[in-house]
Amino acid sequence: MAERAHALSTVDGYSGYGAEQGEKKLRAAVAATYYADLGIEETDIFVSDGAKCDISRLQVLFGSNAKIAVQDPSYPAYVDSSVIMGQTGLYQEDVQKYGNIEYMRCSPENGFFPDLSSVPRTDIIFFCSPNNPTGAAASREQLTQLVKFAKDNGSIIVYDSAYAMYISDDSPKSIFEIPGAKEVAIETASFSKYAGFTGVRLGWTVVPKELLFSDGHPVAKDFNRIVCTCFNGASNISQAGGLGCLSPEGLKAMSDVVGFYKENTKIIVDTFTSLGFNVYGAKNAPYVWVHFPGRNSWDVFAEILEKAHLVTTPGSGFGPGGEGFVRVSAFGHRENIIEAARRLEQLYK
Amino acid sequence: MRLTCTISDPASWRTSVLRNPNMEKLKKGYLFPEIGIKHEEHLKKYPHAKVISLGIGDTTEPIPKIVTSAMAEYALALSTPEGYQGYGPEKGHKNLRKAIADKVYSGMGIKESEVFISDGAQCDIARLQMLFGSNVTIAVQDPTFPGYVDNGVIMGQTGKADDGGKYAGIEYMRCAPENAFFPDLSRVRRTDVIFFCSPNNPTGHVASREQLRQLVDFARRNGSIVVFDSAYSSYVSACSGAPRSIYEIPGAREVAIEVSSFSKFAGFTGVRLGWAVVPDELLYSDGSPVARDFDRIVCTCFNGASSIAQAGGLACLSEEGSAAIQGVIGVYKENARVLVETFESLGKEVHGGANSPYVWVRFPGRRSWDVFAEILEKTHVITVPGSGFGPGGEGFIRVSAFGSKDRVLEACERLKSFLA
Repeated sequence: MAERAHALSTVDGYSGYGAEQGEKKLRAAVAATYYADLGIEETDIFVSDGAKCDISRLQVLFGSNAKIAVQDPSYPAYVDSSVIMGQTGLYQEDVQKYGNIEYMRCSPENGFFPDLSSVPRTDIIFFCSPNNPTGAAASREQLTQLVKFAKDNGSIIVYDSAYAMYISDDSPKSIFEIPGAKEVAIETASFSKYAGFTGVRLGWTVVPKELLFSDGHPVAKDFNRIVCTCFNGASNISQAGGLGCLSPEGLKAMSDVVGFYKENTKIIVDTFTSLGFNVYGAKNAPYVWVHFPGRNSWDVFAEILEKAHLVTTPGSGFGPGGEGFVRVSAFGHRENIIEAARRLEQLYK
Repeated sequence: MRLTCTISDPASWRTSVLRNPNMEKLKKGYLFPEIGIKHEEHLKKYPHAKVISLGIGDTTEPIPKIVTSAMAEYALALSTPEGYQGYGPEKGHKNLRKAIADKVYSGMGIKESEVFISDGAQCDIARLQMLFGSNVTIAVQDPTFPGYVDNGVIMGQTGKADDGGKYAGIEYMRCAPENAFFPDLSRVRRTDVIFFCSPNNPTGHVASREQLRQLVDFARRNGSIVVFDSAYSSYVSACSGAPRSIYEIPGAREVAIEVSSFSKFAGFTGVRLGWAVVPDELLYSDGSPVARDFDRIVCTCFNGASSIAQAGGLACLSEEGSAAIQGVIGVYKENARVLVETFESLGKEVHGGANSPYVWVRFPGRRSWDVFAEILEKTHVITVPGSGFGPGGEGFIRVSAFGSKDRVLEACERLKSFLA
């Protein structure tokens, strides 16, 4: 990134507007690294300034008439962007849900995968795996069900794979590992949690050419129009960094970073487990989903903050399905994680 | 880029998701990628032609070292425990916001808290349209930067376009040589939002203090919000006396949002950095602050401009950085002067070019896409047809002054022999 920055001061190295879809080399590297045998090509990749921004642009693309389904609990940006785009009704305090959104409960009881037989059709299904906040990674079998469900209903899945590199077992890393997914799914991804690019801003979205609206119009064509009109490309310096990430040395480095956070996760899991809590997630994600049965999650959040000076995230912030849980994230310096573990042991011994 | 999307084979799977009807309303591709496509096609036809682009307003000159060094340093620091930073505030780094408030808006009472850092003005326009929602009515200059209109269409603020290219529901405010490029506001109907760009893309006209006073008064009387695009303010010559910011006009704080960008100022077209000012006094009809909702949009739909770009922005605003950047702007302004001179010497009616990197040349009685094609075919110079900016642009060509001095001089030679 420093090299690219310096080059911008030279006649040969200066570049102005880049292709809105992203620099060709980076798109090719993303396709080759993550989608090599999955039939996804460089031209299906749209480089972005991060998954959250892409979620919003996808919502602009779908428009106000689209109806969405989300996991419950889920990353709040899917719901909030839906509200902003006019897709929803009012917030219903009693059930903590917005009207016209389908909330698909994901809990320990159903292995954090919704019972699709009881989920009505929606146009769009947001699905995040490994999941924020529960940490659950869907199995091949579950994702096959999801793709079939989308196919049967003529829906579009927006698959958020921002944490895919945290997977330790053989859970699929990309929705496109499932046959037929190219005709029903968009996948969004990010360098944020692999390369520490939360401030640098870089991600990508895959919109396969096979994905068509009901009138046969390719979704990618409209998404391209959105990207050209509402956006002007990710920073060229960030893109140079992305290319560096995807070099052999970069891939190894990202893997080490992920490994470091996974070690943090293990410390947190062991701490809560030894204190007698039921914890979920963690194996394939940097999040630990801790159950506090019968307790209000904001109360638990306040208690942990007040008594241990630790910041966590109350589960109900992710939807009514998060009530009774607290999300503990494993990002942090090792010494801080260890100190946090010590304080939790004190608090809940 | 051009997507090779073939008409789908009837046997292909189609989802049951309806295409967004607003996307269908868009007449064709966004103007600038369309120009890019023409550029590519021309290169295929004449692989050995030395095509000079005075088309898309893309900066060409290197960024001063003091700025890129700051960005490189920041990037390297990200590899150290002390220098690493993750998510920044969605509104942007405090030091950059303060630098903008203090230096760009010196004496105008803009607070650091009113500045929202972005990844560029086009992105901010889209987020502002999302903020305003589908029920607002908008007015735009005609001709105008297409981003205001296209984002309005996408957000569902308009009906379909007519054969002349005007979208139903948008108030088009004609800006032409005949009215000194400022609309007759007495004939403009009230809209919720008024997009106004000065120095103007594409006409190059810079609105006078008096004109902007009229605009602010008009907005006040109508209870409208002005979105003032000052992306080219650094091209305003000091001697012109023209305002560089809407906030130089008394009363503007209560009616105007200002968007701006480092793109044409510092060559950041690829680096991506800009800002929006939303003053505390700007309120909706129910008294709630516009800034509060904009902050919510920025936190929900965006995650901040790249931290590295922001470090560069700060360096741009330092004394040394500013001075170096003025040097680059000087190159483009000199290019503009030469272009104006060239067209004038050929007997053409020329506008802009003095306080702007754009030169607006009249070709009376001719279709601008035809003139564009003819200039491209005969001189291998890319321009932009005026009608791409709205029906008010028909009969004009926009020529941009970005380019190295040598390339612009060569382009001028070719244009002279073609138009003589």
